[in-house]
Amino acid sequence: MIPLSHYLILGAILFALSVTGIFLNRKNLILLLMCIELMLLAVNMNFVAFSHYLGDLSGQIFVFFILTVAAAEAAIGLAILVLVFRNRQTINVQDLDEMKG
Amino acid sequence: MSFEQFLFYFFSTVLVGSAVAMITVRNPVHAALFLVLAFFTCAAHWIMLEAEFLGILLVLVYVGAVMVLFLFVVMMLDINVARVREGFARLLPVGLVVAVGMMVVMAMVVGAKVFQVESPGRADADYSNTEAIGRLLYTEYVYPFEIAAVILLVAIIAAIVLTLRRRRDSLYMDPAEQVRVQRKDRVRLIKMEAEKK
Amino acid sequence: MDTIYLLIVLAPLFGAIAAGLFGQQLGRTGAHTVTVAGVAVSFLLSLVVFWHHVFGGGGVYNETVYTWLVSDGIRFEVGFLIDNLTALMMLVVTFVSLMVHIYTIGYMHEDPGYQRFFALISLFTFSMLVLVMANNFMQLFFGWEAVGLVSYLLIGFWFKRPTAIHANLKAFIVNRVGDFAFVLGIAAIVFYTGSLDYATVFGQAEGMSQAGISVLPGTEWSLLTVACILLFIGAMAKSAQVPLHVWLPDSMEGPTPISALIHAATMVTAGIFMVARMSPLYEFSVTALGFVLIIGAVTAFFMGLVGLVQNDIKRVVAYSTLSQLGYMTVALGASAYAAGIFHLMTHAFFKALLFLAAGSVIMAMHHEQDIRRMGGLRKYMPITYATALIGSLALIGFPGLAGFFSKDGIIEAVSLSEIPGAGIAYVLILLGVFVTALYTFRMFFLVFHGEERFRHAAPGTDHDHGHDHDGHGHGLQGDPKESPWVVTVPLILLAIPSVLAGYFVGPLLFGDFFAGVIHVDETRDVLARLGESYTGVMGYITHGLAMPPFWLAMAGLATAWYVYTKRPDIADNARRRAPWAYDLLNRSYGFDQFNDVVFARGTQRLGQWLWRFGDTLLIDTTLVNGSARVVGWASRQVRQVQTGYVYHYAFAMIIGLLVLIMAFAF
Repeated sequence: MIPLSHYLILGAILFALSVTGIFLNRKNLILLLMCIELMLLAVNMNFVAFSHYLGDLSGQIFVFFILTVAAAEAAIGLAILVLVFRNRQTINVQDLDEMKG
Repeated sequence: MSFEQFLFYFFSTVLVGSAVAMITVRNPVHAALFLVLAFFTCAAHWIMLEAEFLGILLVLVYVGAVMVLFLFVVMMLDINVARVREGFARLLPVGLVVAVGMMVVMAMVVGAKVFQVESPGRADADYSNTEAIGRLLYTEYVYPFEIAAVILLVAIIAAIVLTLRRRRDSLYMDPAEQVRVQRKDRVRLIKMEAEKK
Repeated sequence: MDTIYLLIVLAPLFGAIAAGLFGQQLGRTGAHTVTVAGVAVSFLLSLVVFWHHVFGGGGVYNETVYTWLVSDGIRFEVGFLIDNLTALMMLVVTFVSLMVHIYTIGYMHEDPGYQRFFALISLFTFSMLVLVMANNFMQLFFGWEAVGLVSYLLIGFWFKRPTAIHANLKAFIVNRVGDFAFVLGIAAIVFYTGSLDYATVFGQAEGMSQAGISVLPGTEWSLLTVACILLFIGAMAKSAQVPLHVWLPDSMEGPTPISALIHAATMVTAGIFMVARMSPLYEFSVTALGFVLIIGAVTAFFMGLVGLVQNDIKRVVAYSTLSQLGYMTVALGASAYAAGIFHLMTHAFFKALLFLAAGSVIMAMHHEQDIRRMGGLRKYMPITYATALIGSLALIGFPGLAGFFSKDGIIEAVSLSEIPGAGIAYVLILLGVFVTALYTFRMFFLVFHGEERFRHAAPGTDHDHGHDHDGHGHGLQGDPKESPWVVTVPLILLAIPSVLAGYFVGPLLFGDFFAGVIHVDETRDVLARLGESYTGVMGYITHGLAMPPFWLAMAGLATAWYVYTKRPDIADNARRRAPWAYDLLNRSYGFDQFNDVVFARGTQRLGQWLWRFGDTLLIDTTLVNGSARVVGWASRQVRQVQTGYVYHYAFAMIIGLLVLIMAFAF
């Protein structure tokens, strides 16, 4: 049998990789969004694992809602991205520093 | 090594590998495809964890809809691929330090005794994960479910409104404006002297 | 009786409002008619009240007429306390005020501010009546401040003269110092008793004397002593006691009727009246009484000395007023409140008389006030001369005249007193008698006897005063004339009580006139001990003839006569021999310079320092601009963090998450 910690460590690896991805990708907003998707996947992995090992379906319900919200977020995020590109002709994250103090 | 363990390690390897590839490849299209692969293997993991409904859902919704949307956007936008990975080598060491540090810390947390839970064993053959989730979702979580539906609706409208562009060069006419039009908007009577020969 | 009391107070107020607000419509005659009528009504009704209370057996009236407001159990009321003391004061105030009103008709005849003047003196009469008739501290304080305000307005009556403006500001500011202490004193009383009402407060006087208050850290003083001394400091400013006396000589910038009414007869005696009224409180504090005694004695003697070197006729009388106020204060300090009030009354008459006589002389001299340029006026102004003589004799305590009885009573009382400081006080006031006689008759002889110096317009050797107010030239054409009847009639009317008022010595000092009004501790009741040997007016006079005050007064009179009519060179010699003494007296011990240097300039310097250091440097630069600058600097540092890059923010979030996890892990 596979112990719970295996799944948790798998989730942790995915999470760490997605953080690294956010860190490495400074040129492309789409890649950032994808990294966030990956990050959510890592979290969902933990939820599903816990749900299974603790015999509680609530974890899976949570994953369901997270998937819903993530889909909504992806849709709006991509819409904003399209708008950004339309207005600035770039999605380079380093160019997007309007909020610089 | 049992078959189950084999599958776990196999899918884990593919999952981590595709994730690594996703964050390192140069081409965004490739990155998106690697993410699709990651989703697939993850769905496999979930099915192994007896979360069949979610596994299917991940493939259908994420791979079928969200990732397609990503790919669509990636291909629609004219992105300078050459610039995408600029400064990659410079940032890699720092990124690795961050990743490893985070990994170590999380492993320490996860390795704690509280997470040493025994596996509950396999469910019965006639157990339906979908049905169980459905029962829970439509009873206990019915209000959050409705709210989730509203959120999706809002997201749809928001995405449409955000990207909607009114084109200036179309010959579109507003019927209401045409109906409202009055005589003085169109005709102007001018008094003028008769010209002499 | 309520209606009568109200009428007494409100009649002068009505006159003041009529003359003040509708002076233009009323005209000159209308203004003085309405105000004189108001004060006359007040005077006549005061007579009725006096009769009712003193002879008619009317008991003490102590009622509240109107409750203004109640705050936290402290009632702010308007009420009247009418007993023998109040009735006497009302009579004195309204009588002198009436005389001054009438006199003013003549004196201010040519003045453009005629209506305003009548409005103000009527307003003053109203305020003074409110003060003396009060049955609570709130009303007392109202009257106290109101008379101060009117005094301020009247000293600065000729507001186009810089000296007058200076003088009225000075009077106002010095009085503020006293009033501050006065308010604190009232506050101390309210703090303990929770009441403003006299009767309630007096009922708790004994308890108050037991209570302590920590004024300075680590000290425990009797609350009553502190309250009494604070109240007396208020009285010191109002009644011009050293060192808060500086405003009174300068107040002579006001018109002479004012000097008579406010700065001699009535307002300045408010402090004396107040202490007498508070006798149930003062009797519980020997410390406060000793303080009062010493201040009074010092004022009585040293201010009299200053009077010796003054050349302005009004300033001589002013310093004499200071000295006599000192006598009254001494009487209060020696627990001989009745003697103080008695002297207050007699002094009101003869000092008002002297001032009005001086005013009469000033008029005849066309507003020349320097006594070195007068002389020999006896034959030109017989009525003024006679009344001034009566006034002067009454002032120095000539037997049979009013001043004799009251002053003798005070001196005798002090000689019997055992309060700390009474010995020194006795010596000082005894010497004061000689000085009083000397300066009074120096002025008298210089004005009415000797050479007619006004005929040649030789200016004085140190002619430094700025009193030639109205551009009248120096040197007179023709003989000086006696003043009109509106001036001389008040003089005569005032001369009568100046002679006769003393014959009430029996009931006032030794009788039970003030029984139940003024409380004296039995161990200190010097007047009662004096009274044991009292055998009637004639006995009192013959007794007085054998006592040192009489001989000292006679010696002073004789010295003045010899020096200022026979051998004027003696005075010059004395001045040349001891220039430092002359200088000291002429500058009246340098109180003004001291105040100027220490308080005025010190305050200025302190203010400048506070402005430069406290305001500009500390608050503006360091605190206000400094904090802004610190915030600005900090913001400039912090804004570096705000790169605007989304991944930086995400990274910050992740680091925060990491830290949280680590906190969970360890």
